[in-house]
Amino acid sequence: MIEFSLDSRSGVSPYLQVVQQVRQALRLGLLTKGDQLPTVKDVVARLAINPNTVLKAYRELERDGLVAARPGVGTFVTRTLADASLAAHEPLRRDLQRWLAKARLAGLDEESIDALFTSTFRGAQADIA
Amino acid sequence: MTAILRAEGLGKRYRRRWALSNCTLEIPPGRVTGLVGPNGAGKTTLLSLAVGLLPPTAGTIEVCGGRPGDGAAQLAKVGFVAQDTPTYPGLSVGEHLRLGSRLNPRWDDAVARSRIERLGLDLDQKAGRLSGGQRAQLALTLGLAKRPELLILDEPVASLDPLARREFLQILMEAVAEHELSVLLSSHVVSDLERVCDHLVVLVDSEVRVEGEVEALLGSHHRLTGPIRDTDTLPADQQVVSARHTDRQTTVVVRTENPILDPAWTVSSLGLEDLVLAYMERPTNSGRPRALEVLR
Repeated sequence: MIEFSLDSRSGVSPYLQVVQQVRQALRLGLLTKGDQLPTVKDVVARLAINPNTVLKAYRELERDGLVAARPGVGTFVTRTLADASLAAHEPLRRDLQRWLAKARLAGLDEESIDALFTSTFRGAQADIA
Repeated sequence: MTAILRAEGLGKRYRRRWALSNCTLEIPPGRVTGLVGPNGAGKTTLLSLAVGLLPPTAGTIEVCGGRPGDGAAQLAKVGFVAQDTPTYPGLSVGEHLRLGSRLNPRWDDAVARSRIERLGLDLDQKAGRLSGGQRAQLALTLGLAKRPELLILDEPVASLDPLARREFLQILMEAVAEHELSVLLSSHVVSDLERVCDHLVVLVDSEVRVEGEVEALLGSHHRLTGPIRDTDTLPADQQVVSARHTDRQTTVVVRTENPILDPAWTVSSLGLEDLVLAYMERPTNSGRPRALEVLR
């Protein structure tokens, strides 16, 4: 079972934050097929948010074919987003850590690293497109 | 789907001052509606009209399909937690429950007792000796155990500390998830409402400024920043909510369903609080000065 948290300063709507957190957990393998999502009542009682927000998020996940609601029982994961690439995460993480160490050594602060990464990422996306 | 609350041209005058004027609203059922506005905007007046504590001076109001306060059946449908969550200081918690069960035909004693137990309240404790947070929880428990179709709360969390505030809203939201309950609550603190409301009514100077689904409102309002510009030159579909100018920059908040194409603008989205503030800033149509807090 996972737990949701909300960042009220992120500017991302609460329902989208719930969707993103489920997708993230699916991608990282924290949630796999058959796992149950917290019930609407549990999420609402924990976060003090509107039940419709949670319902909306779960409906969107259902539409994307990631979860299915079993009436009276709960909402369950039907598909995982962690594909074969999950095995590649660890070596890639190590590469990234090495790169981060290099960047720090070169004198880049957090903001510069973030800016460099984002602009390179965007550039690469534009190349693909 | 019939509205849980419908008002048409609703107005209330105290002597010569209109506390609420020309209010037309339609709130769908199953929503948690936030009523926001500065102090003295008419929030309490609107809620009192909805409960039936006040008769309207003009227009009509219909709540849960009936006239507010019109007979026992209507009273049973609407729950009301007044400002500062009043209880009877001389009565114990248990006596409050007994009073609730005798006065309310749809009283759900199981709900009441399980909530009191979860809150850890002592049934023999006098309400006058409870903390502010506990008293608020007791008032909320009574409102929920009444099993109304619509629960109306006037500034329920204003006087609570952050923890008690969170606990109060948790219980309220849990009840909304559990029972088919519509909620209408007022607040002058928007951040309290951001998570719990899916419908919003902004009341300023006794007039409804904007009303609608929170998601739709957030999606259709944008902040545009750019070189100084006369707001009259904006496209017709962009309704200006507020505008500020410096000697070289213009910042406007606009409402539009269409994308913003002008490349001169930097477009950013608004949070709920910014959206409400933009409407509060706007001068009134009648050009009256903003009602002062002392007029309340």
